[in-house]
Amino acid sequence: METIIILHIILVFMIIGSIITVEIKNMLSAVISVGAVGFALSLAFLFLEAPDIAITQVIVEVLALVILIRATINVDNVAIEKREHILSDRTALIFVGMILVFAWFAFRSLPPFGEPSMRVSQYYLTHGLREVGATNFVTSVILDYRGYDTLGEAIVLFTSISGSFAILRRLKKEQHKDFLRIDREH
Amino acid sequence: MTLYFLDFVLLVIGIYALVAKRHVVKKILGVAIMEYSVNFFLILIGFREAGVAPILTKDMDMATFIKTAVDPLPQALVLTSIVIGLGTLALMVSIAIRLYERYGTFDMHEINRLRG
Repeated sequence: METIIILHIILVFMIIGSIITVEIKNMLSAVISVGAVGFALSLAFLFLEAPDIAITQVIVEVLALVILIRATINVDNVAIEKREHILSDRTALIFVGMILVFAWFAFRSLPPFGEPSMRVSQYYLTHGLREVGATNFVTSVILDYRGYDTLGEAIVLFTSISGSFAILRRLKKEQHKDFLRIDREH
Repeated sequence: MTLYFLDFVLLVIGIYALVAKRHVVKKILGVAIMEYSVNFFLILIGFREAGVAPILTKDMDMATFIKTAVDPLPQALVLTSIVIGLGTLALMVSIAIRLYERYGTFDMHEINRLRG
């Protein structure tokens, strides 16, 4: 019961943090508050009995903060104020509210909180120790039962990292001049 | 139920940032918030009331462990999803840095106007 209350508090904190992220003017503050949301998420994972994920979330959050600060530190730091149409914001808000209303009805068909339907996982829990030999069942699912998923994850990671290397590679001087040719006085 | 709903509010805030904000980095932050919310939702679905982490220690009894352990399958898949999220974030940020170098602004509308 206390777990549920603590989870509610953490979730409200995360919602406040993300609203600040979306609405604050200074971009560096926005990045820092999204970091706060990520660390709160890692805390919530600890309360949900998922220590492996909590550790991974902390590490990934630190790296993501470094990357995002690199994107915002050297450039103009203020969010764009002017909006040409007040209506576009309102339309977005209305649609978002409609999504929330439909979600409220959709959540009724989910299993209630605290009673998961563990049809596949029951097999992993019963046979995992004998078939794989790992006492951490998350590890046995990642590296044995769902090994191909992990291979696909490595491929996605490799692709995205090589993509960002290809985008951020150092250009030759001529190419760079071509690349920057678009003048700012348009 | 309220936990699911609050988590969905988080997703919707991410969608709002992605749709209504003009700053590229704000859009990226919206995607990051959506990612947090989805990962959290999957872990919430796998939680079991008064459960223990799916790690077997020496003093545990196998039968009670099977009855009380939380679902290990969403945990394993969310673990991969978090790491993939970092990769896509790096890709998005590098595209944003190049956009800034070329156009001198992060404003999405300005970039649309300046294309060519």
